Formats: sequence, structure tokens, C-alpha cells
Amino acid sequence: MAGTGKAHLREDNVLLSIEDLVVEYPSGKGGKVHAVSGISFDILKGETLGLVGESGCGKSTTGRAVLQLPQPTGGSVTVDGVDLTGLSDADVRSARTRMQMIFQDPVSALNPRRKVRDIVKEPLVIWNRDNEDADLMVDQMLDRVGLNPAVVGERRPHEFSGGQCQRVAIARALMLEPELLICDEPVSALDVSVQAQILNLLEDLKERYGLGMLFIAHDVAVVKNISDRVAVMYMGKMCEVGPSELIVSRPAHPYTKALIEAVPVPDPDAVTRSSARLGEPPSPINPPNGCRFSSRCPKAQDKCLEEEPIVRMIGPDHFVACHFPELGFDGEGPAPAVAGSQATGVDLPDLDVP
Amino acid sequence: MSVTMSRARSITDSTQQAILQLDDWKTWFQTEHGIVKAVDGITLDLKAGVTLGLVGESGSGKTVLSRSILGLLPTRNRLEPGGSISFDGADLGSMSKRERRKLWGAELAMVFQNPMTSLNPVMPIGRQITEVLKLHLQMCGPEARERAQELLASVGIPAPGRRMDEYPHQLSGGMRQRVTIAIALACDPRFLMADEPTTALDVTVQAQILDLLDDQRTQRNMTMILVTHDLGVVAGRTDEVAVMYAGKIVEKAPTKTLFSNVRMPYTQSLMRSIPDMSAPSHTRLFTIPGRPPNLTDLSAGCRFSPRCPHAQEKCLVEEPVLMPSDQPGQEFACWYPVGTPEGEAALERNLSRGVTASGTPMSSMTVPDA
Repeated sequence: MAGTGKAHLREDNVLLSIEDLVVEYPSGKGGKVHAVSGISFDILKGETLGLVGESGCGKSTTGRAVLQLPQPTGGSVTVDGVDLTGLSDADVRSARTRMQMIFQDPVSALNPRRKVRDIVKEPLVIWNRDNEDADLMVDQMLDRVGLNPAVVGERRPHEFSGGQCQRVAIARALMLEPELLICDEPVSALDVSVQAQILNLLEDLKERYGLGMLFIAHDVAVVKNISDRVAVMYMGKMCEVGPSELIVSRPAHPYTKALIEAVPVPDPDAVTRSSARLGEPPSPINPPNGCRFSSRCPKAQDKCLEEEPIVRMIGPDHFVACHFPELGFDGEGPAPAVAGSQATGVDLPDLDVP
Repeated sequence: MSVTMSRARSITDSTQQAILQLDDWKTWFQTEHGIVKAVDGITLDLKAGVTLGLVGESGSGKTVLSRSILGLLPTRNRLEPGGSISFDGADLGSMSKRERRKLWGAELAMVFQNPMTSLNPVMPIGRQITEVLKLHLQMCGPEARERAQELLASVGIPAPGRRMDEYPHQLSGGMRQRVTIAIALACDPRFLMADEPTTALDVTVQAQILDLLDDQRTQRNMTMILVTHDLGVVAGRTDEVAVMYAGKIVEKAPTKTLFSNVRMPYTQSLMRSIPDMSAPSHTRLFTIPGRPPNLTDLSAGCRFSPRCPHAQEKCLVEEPVLMPSDQPGQEFACWYPVGTPEGEAALERNLSRGVTASGTPMSSMTVPDA
């Protein structure tokens, strides 16, 4: 797994396109943390892409790199045809009005000393859109995220629960009517019942504003619920990309499979324990050669230790970076012919069967 | 409160020896806003070797209950107006701190939610384990060190000899939680309290830690309470489940019974709000409207009634007590339970009038077609 490659990129109606994104941090003694090592993906207008992976796989770094926080070490981030990596700081700042972010811990994302109304209004103030309609817009937005403006407007964040704070953060993010919303684990800190409310709310707002969303999370069940497409990341590399239904029902990458099996299912008779054999991820300072997942992969062969797999198409709109993917079509013979492969210029490589 | 908590016990509970018994236990806190009834009359019998899942939302009182059992709560502003907790015949509720310290680690152990804050950041992990062994089992240095290495190996830490001298910040979150489990298991306790042991961890690591706890419990024949807000976590890992809401147990049943024969609308709502991986993407999730009640100002009726799709007039004035269901070992506190003619009629009635008896619009609860 853990490959580079751009076979899965699309051409029309693309809102965000990331190519060969690399983010590295210095880590003392001349070492480097390879947080993101050459990933590519795209998001269409109004589409939700779920980005899944364990802690430390680089998914949050990727989300921040889209906003140029910090600027990536290499690669390009293109929003609506404009490459953000080449822009001046001032231009990046104004480009950020079209991309907003909500964070994992909603309580620490809000200034504790400010009133909710001021927090939500702040983006308008910063961009000098603070005209006579501003207060009305704030009220409308609070109403849309399910908060009563008359009740909450004058209060401060500590008076609210985590779910309500997340609603405030969402309201603030939408004030400038962005086209892209980056959600970095927005429900991981919330209770299951509140999580459901926030996920429903995000769905409603996505419809209403035609938002493209990058939804970052480690829980595959949550990601499947909200996403049109899912991308699985491991140690800074892309493993598998495809429509969410397909990724969950027929995962081709051993890592995707392990992630899905690890989700606790509310059914006493359904217990799988294979994920327990996975062990811990290796250090991102010295990632394994070849496929980065090879050190934990139950199917790893010699080839996996030497040669890095690249993202390739294994079925209609199904892309995977693995030398020995699980084939969802009974494993007999080569992959079925893909109608779209000619049109997109993608050649189907021969599949290796161990 | 108009009705005191029931002490009804199901038939099966009395037949076997209980190791942990709570009888109408209450933990209240005196605050400037009034008395917070965090735990308000819990009756529970836990048999030896059983794993109980304690489930509820934030603020339902599950953590206060777990700390009350271990005796870990500060005494300041705390009221314990009634009830008893006994462990293997010893009355924990009235025990002095000195007596309790002898039980901690040796008989009763606990694993906390955040392994970083429960480990000492400036002490090598090996010493944090040998400390327990020396204190409770009077082991000498080399003997304790050897035992600590065995413990680290048994909780799945690679190269335990080298890890012994490392500090908590050098370990990953999952490894740290393995260390706290090793410390908790050091003296072969008979009872383990695991308070959200995996909430701070990744899904893959969560599965590993839950498997580890399960294996250790089986090998050592421990009794365990697994506290969590996730019904998915308890489904495959517990024998019994108790669901808490606003300081009370509202439903208790053997795990399989709970999932196949749920009675309390709250439990059902919790189950329905978990995203189902087999459902299509963008499926509308079931939500529970509103928030848990203010524990200083509880109304007379059922505490869940303002958020309950089944709520009728009776629920607003009369508090239901735990009653046995038709399934062995199951108890629930509800006047119009799920899966009964009364419950279905109540739901039907609320649907046709558009609001519940407490005035909550039914449209605020996305009721799936099922």
C-alpha cells in the first residue's frame, strides 16, 4: 500500500485537486518526520470525500496543508483552478475565505472570552463585510445550525455543551459561504447521540450551500455515513480510493479491511478479532521501504518490502495501491473490463496474484 | 422525588454469589446551584467473573458511579445520603481511606480514560509497575523487576526489558494504555474498573485494547465493569449491560437480551444513533432531541420523558421504577416500553398528535420507517 500515483484523479467539475502533496517536519538531529509523502486526491463541487486512517497517518496534516497551514513541502493544492502553493501570503489569505475548517475539539476552537454572536460575526468583520445586514446574517446562520439566536447570542462558549460548541464553530465556518469545508474529526470528541445530530446537520448544510467537504475521521462507520467517496491513508500515503459504498462493502486493501473490522458493531453476535493482530504503526521518521504497510500486513510478500505500490485502477472507480489487493469479483481471472478506462486514458495493469 | 427507587431484583440474581453489591447507592454533590444528584439510587449485583458494561451519555453519572465504587471521589462537597456498596462482604461505603488503600491495586483496580494523565510522566514505566508489587506483595527489587517484565510482555508490549526504562512520553497512546493495564493487573485484582479505557484511542488500537482486557479477564477470572458511551463497544465484550440516564439505571439486561429485546426507549435511541455500516451512505441518523436534564432540578416524572418518543401524561408525573421484563435477568424503568402493546400504542398516539406528552415535536426525532 501506501503508494503514490494519480490514476484516481478526475477531470471535470473539480473543486479541489491535490497532487503529489508532501509535508515534512524537521525532527532534530537532521531527521525528518515524513507526515505526508506524495498523496493525490480530488474533490468535486458539492462532493464529500472522507479521509480515513489511524492517528499519525497524516490525515490532519493533509487537511491543514490544503489551507496552507503550514505551506506543504512539495506538490500542488489547486482550488478552482488556482494553485495555492504558488500564491503570495496575501492571496492565500483571501483564498481562504472560500475554504473553512472545523476542528475536533469545539470547546478549544472558540475564544472563551467572546460572546457567541461576536464569534460567529468575526469572519465578516475581518473581511469588512460588517454592514447593516451582518447581525441579521448571524441570526440566520445560528438558526440554521439549530441554535436559537435570541438565547445563545449573548452567551459565552463555557455555557454550552460540546455539541453546541461544534454548532457554533460550524456557523462561524459558514459565514463567508465557503465552497469547501474541511472537517477535522468533527465528531470524535462527542457522544454517540450528539454525533448523530452533528452529522445530520452537516448533511443539511452541505445540501443547502452546495458545499464540497473533506471529512477527516478515524471511524469508518461515520465516514461511510457522510461521504460520497472515501480515501484511506496510511503513514502519509494513499491506500485506496473509491465510492464509499464500494470501499466498505468490498475493501481491496488489507489495511482498509482491518480498519473496517476494527469498528465496534452494535451486535453481540458479530465479533471479529483479526485487527488485534495488526500491532502498532511504525515510526514516521524511518518509514519502511517498499510498501509502508508491509510491516503490519498479513499478506506481505518479498515484493512488498522492495517495491512501492502505486495507485492503480482495479475496478470501476475503484483505486488501490497494493501489489496483492483483495479482488471483490470472486478472484477468478483478470479484473472485468472497465468501461471508463479508455476514456480517462487509464490502462488496467495486469493484476498480480500471489 | 415522588417515588423512591425500586429495589426490585430479578429472579436470577439471587441464585449466585455476588462479589460486588450496590444497594440504593447515592452520590450527591453540594454546589452553589443546589444539590447535584449525580448518582441517585443504584442497585446492582455483580457476580464473580462477569463483565458488566455501564453505558450512558456524558453527564449520566457513570464516571461518578465508577469512582464511588472505588472510593476515589474527593470528600469536599460530597454527600452520600444513603445506600451501601459492598465488595465480597466488606462494606466499601463506610471504609476508611487507610483500609481502602489496602484494597486498591490488590483487590480492586482501575484503568482510566487518558493513559497520559494516569501515568507519572517523570518515572520510568518499569518503576511504576514495581512500585505496586513492592507495596502490596512485598517483593524485593530484582524479583519485582522480573515480574514487571512478565506483566509488560503479557499485555503485548514488545521488548519489555528495554521498555522498562522508558518514560510514558516515549510510548504511543495504545502502548501507554497497555502499561496502565499492566499496573492494574500487577497484583491479580479480583475486580477491574475500566472507565472509558479506549475513548482516547484509535479504532484499531481500541479493538486491540478491548481484546486484551477480555483475555486478561478470562485468564484471571476477574470481575470487570467496562464504562463507555458506545453501545458498539459493549456488544461483543460484556455479559451484562446497565444503561444509565441522569443518575439512575434505566435498563439492565444480559447483553444479548438487551440487543434483541430492548425495552427502554432511551436504550433504543442510543442504539439507533450509531451509524450503521451496512446502511447506504447519507442515511439520515436517528437523533435524541434536547439534552440530559439538569441534575439539580429534576422533575417528578421519568427523567427521560422530555426527550422520549413514547412519553405520555403519566410519564410526566410518575417516575417509573425498575421492573423485571419477560426475559430472565432483564429489568427496565419505563411505563410504555418498546416492543409491548402499551409502548407501541403510546408511540402511535404521539405520532398522530405530532408531539409527545412533554410537548416535544415528533418531527425532532427522525423516526426511521422500521
